This record gives sequence, C-alpha cells and structure tokens, in this order.
Amino acid sequence: MRTIDINFDFMKWHKNAVYVSSFLILISLFSIFTKGLNYGVDFNGGTVIEIGFENNAPIEDIRNHLVENNYTKSSVQYFGSNKDLLIRMPNIVSSDEATLSNTLVAELNNKYSFSLKRVEYVGAQVGEELRDQGITAALIALLLIMIYIALRFEYRFSIGAILALLHDVFLIMGIFSITQIEFNLSVFAAILAVIGYSLNDTIVVFDRIRENFKSSVAENTDTISITNESINQTLSRTLITSLTTLLVLASLIFFGGEILFGFSFALIAGVLVGTYSSIYIASSTLLMMNISAKDITIEIDEEKP
Amino acid sequence: MKIFSIKQILVIFVLVFSVIYSLPTFYSEVPSWLTSMNAKKMNLGLDLKGGVHFLMEVDLDEVVKTKSKKLSNDIRSQLRKEKIRYKKYSHQNNNIYIEFNDNSFYERTEDLIKTSYQNTFDINKININEMEITISEDALNELRIAAIKQNTTTLRNRVNELGVAEPIVQQSGKTRIVVELPGIKDTTRAKDIIGATATLEFKMVDEDSDAYAAEDSNQISFNAKLYYDDAGQPVLLKRNVILTGENIVDASSGFDRNSRPSVNITLDGPGAKRFSKTTDDNIGKLMAVLFIESKSEQRIINGESKRVTRKYEKIISLATIQERLSKSFQITGLDSPKQARDLALYLRAGSMAAPMYIIEERTIGPSLGADNIEKGKISVIIGLILVLVFMVYYYRVFGLFANSALIINILIIISIMSLIPGATLTLPGIAGIVLTVGMAVDANVLIFERIKEEIKNGSTPLASIELGYKKAFSTIADANITTLIASIILFIFGTGPIKGFAVTLSIGVISSMFTAIIVTRVLANLLYENKTNLKTRKLNI
Repeated sequence: MRTIDINFDFMKWHKNAVYVSSFLILISLFSIFTKGLNYGVDFNGGTVIEIGFENNAPIEDIRNHLVENNYTKSSVQYFGSNKDLLIRMPNIVSSDEATLSNTLVAELNNKYSFSLKRVEYVGAQVGEELRDQGITAALIALLLIMIYIALRFEYRFSIGAILALLHDVFLIMGIFSITQIEFNLSVFAAILAVIGYSLNDTIVVFDRIRENFKSSVAENTDTISITNESINQTLSRTLITSLTTLLVLASLIFFGGEILFGFSFALIAGVLVGTYSSIYIASSTLLMMNISAKDITIEIDEEKP
Repeated sequence: MKIFSIKQILVIFVLVFSVIYSLPTFYSEVPSWLTSMNAKKMNLGLDLKGGVHFLMEVDLDEVVKTKSKKLSNDIRSQLRKEKIRYKKYSHQNNNIYIEFNDNSFYERTEDLIKTSYQNTFDINKININEMEITISEDALNELRIAAIKQNTTTLRNRVNELGVAEPIVQQSGKTRIVVELPGIKDTTRAKDIIGATATLEFKMVDEDSDAYAAEDSNQISFNAKLYYDDAGQPVLLKRNVILTGENIVDASSGFDRNSRPSVNITLDGPGAKRFSKTTDDNIGKLMAVLFIESKSEQRIINGESKRVTRKYEKIISLATIQERLSKSFQITGLDSPKQARDLALYLRAGSMAAPMYIIEERTIGPSLGADNIEKGKISVIIGLILVLVFMVYYYRVFGLFANSALIINILIIISIMSLIPGATLTLPGIAGIVLTVGMAVDANVLIFERIKEEIKNGSTPLASIELGYKKAFSTIADANITTLIASIILFIFGTGPIKGFAVTLSIGVISSMFTAIIVTRVLANLLYENKTNLKTRKLNI
C-alpha cells in the first residue's frame, strides 16, 4: 500500500498564507490595471493571418511589405517555428476590414509562395460582445456555484470557496498580464475550467471538515486542529489528482501545438494555484469567519428532531 | 449458474454500446450492420477539417428605412387620390408627420390609414390638426423576421452554387446569420459571393424632361431621378420601377452575338405580364437597366464609428424598345464575363432583403486542420498513457480498475459525441477530453484513498471497500456537480470552439461519475467478493 503520510501543521501558517496571497493578488491587480492584458483578436477585434512556408519564412521582407503598403500598427512574428508566420492587423475604421486579409494575402501571393493556414477576423463590435459575454458567464458561474455550496454546506463555506476562486482567477490573469501571453477565448475557457477544478479541490477539503465537525461534537476539539486534520487527510488525494491532471496538461502543452499553448498554460497555472488556494485560502477564510463545529451540528439536530 | 447483478448488466450494456458507437471514429471502414445502427463518425469542427466560418450581420435598420420610405410614398399618393389636403407632410426618422388645416382631414386620414393598413401603423395625436404616424412594433418585428429569413434563404442558394459539401447557413440570434463552408479553398471567392448584394432594376427613361437642364438647375420633377450613363451623360429615369430582381426566376451568363458578356433572364408570371405590357405600350422609347450594388462601410460619425450602407447605382444598358418583350430576354453592358457570371448567380439565388456584412471570419486551411487532428491525437494518447502508468504504479490492482474505467469513459465520450446530432469535435474539445482524462481519475483517487484509510483504521478488506465507496460518494457528487455548473455556463455563453470544449467536458464529467463509481465497483466485487481468504489477505491497493 503506497501512501503519502504527511502530518503537517498547515494551519500554523494560515495567516502568513493570507498575507502572501494578498500580496500576490495586489501585484496581479496592479499589473492588470497598469500593463493590462494582451488581448487577442477574439476580444479586441482585428485580423490574424497565419501563413506557412516550405523553408525559413522571409520575416523581414514581409515586415517591410507591411510598412511600405501602409498596414499601420500591424505586426509579424514567427509562430511555433521559423517556417510559420503570424501577421496581426488591428481593425481600421473606414476601410473594409473583412476583406483586408484577402487584399494582403493576394499581395503577398504575388511575391512569395506559401500556404494560407489560418485567417481570423473579428469585428470590433463582436470583440466587445465576446468580452461582455465572458464576464457575464464567469459571474453567473460563480453565483450559481456559491448558491449550490451555500445550500449543501453553509453560507460561510460558500464565501470561502468563492474567495479561493477569485484568488485563482486574479492570479492567473496577473500571470497573463505580467508575461503578456495572449489572452484569448481559449484562455478564458481554461480559466472557467480552473474554476471548476479548483472548486473540486476546495469541496473535497470542505467535505472532510464538515464530516470531522460532525464526529467531533462530543470530543470538543478546536476548530483549527479539525481543519488541519481534514487537510492532512485529504492531502494525498489532492496531490495525486493534481499530479494526474498536470501529467495530461504537460502532454497538451508539449504536443498540442501553438494554438493550445495559452490554454494549457492557463490550466497548469490554475492547477498549481488552485491546489494551494483550496488548502489555504478556502480554509483560512473559514477560520477567520469563526466557523465551528456547532454551526454544522445545529443543522443536523434540526433535521432530526 | 451465475446470475448477473443489475450493475454488472448495466456495465456490460454500456461497454457494448460505447464500443459499437465509437468504432466508426477509429476505423473508416465499418461493416454495414454498424451503419444500419446509426453508428457514424464524430463530426469534426472546422478547426479540424479546415474551412471557413463567417458571421454576417444583417442591417435591419436599413430594411426599416427602405420600407418606411416606401410606405410614406404610398400614403402620400393615397392622400392625393382621396383629395385630402394637408399643410405640411414630412418623413423623418422612419416616422411620418402630417399637419392639416382642417380637423375633418385629420379624421379622414386616420380612417384611411386604419382601414387600408390595419395594424401596420400607430397614430399619435400631436395636436388637433397634427399627427405622427409610426410603424407599429408588430409590423416592425414581422418585417425584421421576414428580412432575416429571406437573406438566409438567398445566402443558402448562393452557397449551394459554390458547390461545397455540407455547408451550414443558419440564423444566429436576432440579426445574424452563420455561414460555415467546410473544406473550401478559395476564400476570396466565397467572401465575394456571400458578402455582395447586387441586383437589377428596369426603369423607363423620362424623355419629356431635359436631363441637361435638370442637371444644371437641380430641379428634378418628383417622378424622376437623375443618373449618368457610361459616357457620363445625364439621364433622367422615371421613379416607377418596371421590374426588380425579385421578378427574376432564372438567370444565366453567356455572350451576345458580338461576344459581349451578357445575362439571360427569365421572369416569373406577374413580372412577365407587367414587363410585356410596359414594353408593348412603350415601343420606340428608351428603357434603362440599373445595376445596383450595396456596400457596407465604416464611417466616423460624430466621433463614433458607425456602419453605413451605400448604394451604388449604375446604368448598364440604355436601349430603345424595339418590340414587345416577354418572359425571357438578354441584357448586356456588363464589364466582364466575371461580372456577368456573378450577376447571374445573384439573380438566380434571389434578392437580399437587407444589406449584410461580415463581422467575423475564421478560416482554417486544410493542412492546419489535419495538423490539429494529429496534435490532438498525440496529446490525448500521451496524456492517457502517463495517467494509466501512474495509476497502476500507485494503486496496483485498483489502478487497473481505474484504468478500465478511464478507457470506457473515453469510449463513452466519443460514442455520445457521434450520436448527438449537431455535436462537433473541435480542438478545444479534444483539450476537454484530455482534461477529463486527468480529472476523471479524481473520483477513483478519492475512493481509493478512503479505502486505505479504512484499512488503516482496522476494517476488514471487504468492509473497507464498502465504506470507501460509500463515504466518498457525496464528495464526488458535490465536486462533479460544481464542475458541471461551470461547463454548462461555458456552453450557454461560449461560441464556436469554446462550445466544443464545454460539450466534451460536460459529457466527460457525467460519464466519469458513472465509470469511476460503478465500473470500478463491479470490477472490485468480481475480484474480491467470493474470495473466502480475504479476511486474512491484504488488499492489493
């Protein structure tokens, strides 16, 4: 029988964890507000063209072509390898944006031979809508989850869970802001998946705390040691699940290609941050809200009068 | 004789079901009995098979504007016919304002509009002699719905002309149309065909007035409008339209006797009747063919970027009517064979009720699609192998149970994806499957860790299994339901590929609960239940 036997006094550090997390969140928020996120076309609107060459791509020539032909604010970069190029163009008012890619591809076709791999054009209005929809979706998901946990546990548990989730979301967005890795629709999907995943972790810990509260009424053990015990009991599960998830994500980030890079990266960051937050943030909040075994057991007494 | 339990039967049924329905996805050659059971390959999204996705915005304001202009003209001529006099008549912002000298005219107008237009208008009294006529909400809605419908039908006809296999043209939301063309190579041509709005109008030339004088003085009679022909000469055309593109049922391009590009046109019944009567009445007079194209442009108006639709009208042919024309005839005057070909296509496909423009395009070349499939496959396989190896290493025999559950889980996802009509596998969808692989073992990890705890607490092996499954259940349910909430929200709000991710994740979460709890339990029971020596032997976990 393989076991991970750790009996670590997690809660000894719970105040420090709150300080560290608050500090990291502040850094994240600072970066998000000053540096901002590197939004992709999905959210900002614009055109992206990916072209593939047989050999090394003539990146300088194409850069010059863009400048000479007045494609303002456009950029070219290698994508994945130096055979593939990614050209980005912002939306330009008073030109026909939708056919911009056709014009450019036709011009380049006259000079070079390449294969057109991908074109994405998102109108300004659509980009704005996608952003609004994304924010609405995230908020609704958080609200529903909060209600579900409040019903299944107690309202303080749902506050703990939501704080842990917000912690994760801010930190991931902070990482994307600091690294300036493109923030697009699939990164957004990954963040929602992280919400689901991190919640999974939190609930497993909460479930144990609840269970131990119930069995501890007679013994009158204090809340901190019950919480600590619960975290230790679920620790091997938390670590193993994080490990299996990280294994598949590693496979995705190495073999899934450039398009899935941001997605896999957000999930890996999310699994790491989420594992930490469900151990520390969620339970620290519970402690700070003075939850105790009584809060849970009263409920049970009422259920069975 | 051995009797199967209900759980065992269920597991066997699910296993057979998922193997059958996921087979076509793995093997392209499937026996006919499989296809007869409705088993088919998973639908691949455009990012995997290559193709173009367009989202078109239909400019419904323009429809309302045009319609209200037409209705206003109708009302005005009706007032004239009924000899109702008014002091002031204006048409602003799609509303009509009429001011009368006499209240009796006000009342007669009100009656007239109510009887001849029923519920089309709402009449608001500004004061005793002045009214505001607005198009009613119901009429507006009807107008919008009809316009979107007509545009969708016309687009579908045009797309069919492109000869793409399995195209999708459908309404999306209230004002949008989605067009998906799998496997198309020439996207420029596709964009031209989809985005353009070109039609024809036939009008008589106003030969009673002097076009040059009209041009100089800018005094043009109410019934005419000034145009310029190819040579830049002014021409006055009567406002009355003899024929529009809507009367054309068939059109084909070709060349006339002088090998100029031409379009052969066939009219519908009412169109042919009207056309032959008009041409019969006007032999020896000039008739013009107008080529009308609407283009949508972005303009900055008052600091805000706005879409405006501009109409380009051009006289392509100006000819004296030699004889009475009928159902079929030929027009010339086009710039190129390509323009003739495109015009014929547009006329054949029917007219657009409203101008449209592309607000989103996603094109994936066929090579990138194949590349994405390859990458998706490799990452699923490697991710799966890593997890399988780890589970056996860590949980021994129970790891094998979890692995069987995991593989069945993947088969279930694939078979359900192939069975749901309209469900498509996208690259993010594959990522969803990979993520499910990592997360699906979570339920088993929870159960197995519980079993270990029970063993440590001194329970017998059988009791430990029993308690492990029992105690872990509510945790598993809570954890999965919350993940399901997140993925359902993602499905509702997500678009395109993101929806694909939400679909595989949701299916994966649900099926993983079944496989992780039921399938592993059945396997564990099979192995341990009837062993009498278990009381002394240790569990291989």
